[in-house]
Amino acid sequence: MLGYRFDVPFPDFLVYQFSVTLTYAIAILGLNMLTGYNGQFSLGHGAFYAVGAYVSAIMMDRWNVPYGWTIPVAGTLCLIIGFLFGLPALRLEGLYLALATFSLALAVPQILKYFEHWTGGSQGIVLNKPSAPFGLRLNPDQWLYFVTLGVLVLLFWLGANLLRGRVGRAIVAIRDNHIAAEAMGINTALYKSLVFGVSAAYTGVAGALSASVIAYVAPDSFNVFLSVTLLIGSVIGGLASISGAVFGALFIQFVPNWAQDISKAAPWAIYGVFLIGFMYVMPRGIAGALRLAAAGWWRRRPEPPAAAARSRR
Amino acid sequence: MLKKALLLTVLTAFALATVAPAGAQTVVGVTATEIKLGNTNPYSGPASAYGTIGKVIGAYFKKVNEEGGVNGRKVNYITYDDAYSPPKAVEMVRKLVEQDQVAALFQTLGTPTNSAIHKYVNQQKVPHLFVATGATKWNDPQHFPWTMGWQPNYQTEGKIYAQYIMKNFPDAKIGILYQNDDYGKDYRKGMHDGLGEANAKKMIVMEQTYEVTDPTIDSQIVNLKNSGANVFFNVTIPKFAVQAIKKAHDIGWKPAHFLNNVSSSLATVLKPAGVEASRGLITALYMKEITDPQWKNDKGYQDWVAFMKKYYPEGALDDQSNAFGYTVAQAMTQVLKQCGTDLSRENIMKQAANLKSVEFPLLLPGIKVTTSPTDHAPIEQEQLAKFDGERWATFGELYDAGKK
Repeated sequence: MLGYRFDVPFPDFLVYQFSVTLTYAIAILGLNMLTGYNGQFSLGHGAFYAVGAYVSAIMMDRWNVPYGWTIPVAGTLCLIIGFLFGLPALRLEGLYLALATFSLALAVPQILKYFEHWTGGSQGIVLNKPSAPFGLRLNPDQWLYFVTLGVLVLLFWLGANLLRGRVGRAIVAIRDNHIAAEAMGINTALYKSLVFGVSAAYTGVAGALSASVIAYVAPDSFNVFLSVTLLIGSVIGGLASISGAVFGALFIQFVPNWAQDISKAAPWAIYGVFLIGFMYVMPRGIAGALRLAAAGWWRRRPEPPAAAARSRR
Repeated sequence: MLKKALLLTVLTAFALATVAPAGAQTVVGVTATEIKLGNTNPYSGPASAYGTIGKVIGAYFKKVNEEGGVNGRKVNYITYDDAYSPPKAVEMVRKLVEQDQVAALFQTLGTPTNSAIHKYVNQQKVPHLFVATGATKWNDPQHFPWTMGWQPNYQTEGKIYAQYIMKNFPDAKIGILYQNDDYGKDYRKGMHDGLGEANAKKMIVMEQTYEVTDPTIDSQIVNLKNSGANVFFNVTIPKFAVQAIKKAHDIGWKPAHFLNNVSSSLATVLKPAGVEASRGLITALYMKEITDPQWKNDKGYQDWVAFMKKYYPEGALDDQSNAFGYTVAQAMTQVLKQCGTDLSRENIMKQAANLKSVEFPLLLPGIKVTTSPTDHAPIEQEQLAKFDGERWATFGELYDAGKK
């Protein structure tokens, strides 16, 4: 098997699919911070994804900024937009917030068409794929895969540190009972807006990466369905779980394709069956199910001799 | 993590297994018995109404295969859903090129989706034939030698109306209603270019736009009437075309009314708007309007109906898209026939750019498909037609945008 792998090059299209999956994973982690950890619903994260992608694309197209620099800029800009959007959103809870964010998802593709001079209207912007630096023997697809992977690892590490520490406990406390959290001295308003900003920043970075990976941006890439898809990914992967973002991304990337392979006539019906099946079998998402399985295995494992000796004493 | 690694391994193995045998072939996508053609269409999503084009093409190749194929080879037509989403189109087209190893791409649908793959297919040197979009950029063989359009583009059509107006209505006061996107703007540009800058300034008295999401365009029509326009250039998709025709009739506005080809269907536009209100409309046609009774006894039409009943019975007989897909599939078959035994990508492209005045049964009589290495716009002829209350009566000469 291994020898075989070296004979045949890894198909670039698969590399491309996995790069797209990684960008989805980053976006889903962003959404997961907001929805899973902080309990705020968003049906509008596709909008931040679009803003990130367009910021990156316009910088590359207009000012020839290297793609690497566009990613932090896109992230920062989305952080600010997300934070500002989070402020009025504080007054909205649950379904009302979901609707408010949904309006973002609806509005952004049209706004993009309106600023045609910058965004290229519905024709979009065609970009060049960056080639690998330092004479690395990688083609642009492979290089972008590793760039995306690198950014993903960095953001996941940062996210894990944020969520597993003091700040993370505050974020979860607000979700579980915001009155109690406030009584303990947590500034709920500030935390909620901040989580919104960070969540938008993650999604914006994902969008910026996707602009390079796909080498094209257009309003039709960021329709309402994208926001719904990201939400599906975060729920299927496992809410309030970091690894869940990767599983969710794999789901939203590959399951629609499998559904199409199974039935050309009704792929979305098959997709629906998959969705219901997953939710029925794994109500806490894939990450939740794995955690349960691991816990079960841990309980049933044979007692190690050292521990057994200690308990006899 | 373990599960993810496992999944990756399985996927890798799967991909390798499917790619491996390709190395043995000399000509990509072709064996002794078949030729692979790749296609993407929006079977789901906002533009899914067009998905029937992808299906009718499949039905046509089924017919070709049942009748023995092309030069003894069966056509293996692989079509995927791109949901009209550019990222999905890139993914599916790369799958077609890199995994399925198709010989050529054919009739990929949509302006944004084709824009997303334009550069890629030209880098890979894969024939990207007869794309289903009315944008002007596909005819650029110097920069994109592997891409070729199909239908007359919107700007050309706008120019045809402009020339007719200048000749027949020298004192015209033109009002334009157009959809606020590329499609609408292309038509508007064609009209402006056709009139020339000075004339456009003098003759166009008002321009109104609408968004595709708007519920109604009544107020735009009232504004256009009040502007005193006596020529109305109506650039709307079917839903709004019906409203515009009806509203203009209801408020007693009787301009010379030019309706874009996009909405020329009798079944979905003129009849719902009302025959009286539609009388006198002028449009430009290149295909036989299949719901027009004048073609009832036409051989081309009857053959198409027989084909639809046998190979695509679930397809609608009043949907022009089904005639469109049928015709473009005939053109693709013609290209493959011309290729003979050499089905290399180079030769497929060479033959696609070597169509010499080919006629197809559902194109208007006299309209010929012509291409060359410097002309990647197959259909450049259109003819004006006036609705006489029952059918589109063609008049005047064939207009040819290729001759200039």
